[in-house]
Amino acid sequence: MTKDKIRETVLRALGGVAPEADLSQIKPDLRIRDQLDIDSMDLLNFVIGLHKELKVDIPEADYPRLATLDGCIEYLASLRDLR
Amino acid sequence: MPQLGADMSAGKLLGWRKRVGDRVQRGEIIADVETDKADIEVEVFAVGVIEKILIRPGEKVPVGTVLAIIQEEGRPAEAETPSAPQAMRGEPPPAAAAVPVRPIPVRPSVLTPGTPRLHISPVAKKLAADLGINPASIAGTGPGGRVTLEDVQKAAQIQPTPVAEPDRRARMRQAIAAAMARSKREIPHYYLSTTIDLSRAMEWLNQENLKRSVEDRLVYGVLLIKAVALALRQVPELNSIWSGEKALPCPDVHVGVAISLRGGGLIAPALHHTDRQTLDELMKNFRDLVQRARAGSLRSSELSDPTVTVTSLGEQGVEAVFGIIYPPQVALVGFGKVVERPWSAEGQIVSRPVITATLSADHRVSDGHRGGLFLSAVDRCLQEAEKL
Repeated sequence: MTKDKIRETVLRALGGVAPEADLSQIKPDLRIRDQLDIDSMDLLNFVIGLHKELKVDIPEADYPRLATLDGCIEYLASLRDLR
Repeated sequence: MPQLGADMSAGKLLGWRKRVGDRVQRGEIIADVETDKADIEVEVFAVGVIEKILIRPGEKVPVGTVLAIIQEEGRPAEAETPSAPQAMRGEPPPAAAAVPVRPIPVRPSVLTPGTPRLHISPVAKKLAADLGINPASIAGTGPGGRVTLEDVQKAAQIQPTPVAEPDRRARMRQAIAAAMARSKREIPHYYLSTTIDLSRAMEWLNQENLKRSVEDRLVYGVLLIKAVALALRQVPELNSIWSGEKALPCPDVHVGVAISLRGGGLIAPALHHTDRQTLDELMKNFRDLVQRARAGSLRSSELSDPTVTVTSLGEQGVEAVFGIIYPPQVALVGFGKVVERPWSAEGQIVSRPVITATLSADHRVSDGHRGGLFLSAVDRCLQEAEKL
């Protein structure tokens, strides 16, 4: 899967968690949590969203790697199942 | 108009989901109401048939106003006085009606024009369409609740007109301000805090989540909520409602969880029978509650039933929160963030994840001694997370 496709999927999953957010304004290198005011429940829902769309099982230990949009894309691109 | 919290003085009826002649069941959602904080689904706490609808969509009425009359099953018809019926006042169910939590499926906030139950004459339907009024929002007065031409004409007269009302956020701020000012004015708060070693709980949670699929994982917040609920059984006076003169102990534990709304404001709906739910049930219901709170589809009982509030600001980096009690409750429990701290254990200084738990309590109802016992009970519960 290309990084552009992954980016689209990540933004879609974020849209499911914070439907009122203007995702076009997200700065890719800043913490998503701070930009969208999301909490741990939202983070879990985001991970569930990624799981449903990409069929990936992200362990809790890897959650810190999902902190920014760039980080999400890099992390997901590194997963063998998505290469 | 149900009282959905101390900060509510009036509400606007958005629409009916039932019509005259419809049968209603306990727990069924019958109407939607707009409050300063959210749009709420009003449940009914009786079984019967809707006899008369008194308030039309668009009308804003004070708390306590009778919205409609239900002829309760097994009861003879009474005179049509506003004091006779009770079922649609949105009052919480009596204590004896405690039942296991059975989430009601989320429904759309208003009926759509295609709703099969709609009974309306063709000419009335055309007029409603011309006027841009949703016929499903009109209470029919014709035979069997049929919407007549006159009903549509009347509805047109009371359709909400744009007025310069403060927006929802401003109104929510005003409502919170009123409730919190009242709380600080009337309730003699006392505050306690304790630091709890979370290493066992976090280790248990990590191991537990490793065994679970992504969708079944737990967040540590549900451990805190369950620990509070169980501790309240041990210090039940904190699970009370202040009636104006004295505290009335609540037989059931309905923890209200403070949920921040994006863009500002907060709401604290109940997780019903918190102490009786398993962690899996709590997680499922908590997720659902957060989602619905932010989507604006909470139910009336979720706002009228909390017997205590739990708030957590840990994710905002706060180490301890000393909250203001939400009347008529008599206690509020706060949690800060989980931090690694030096901790003395078995003669060694070790690093442990700890959390600060706080209690704000009403001194008219409990003393610091009992409050301390409560926080100790929360601590004990969290040391045995596998039993939660």
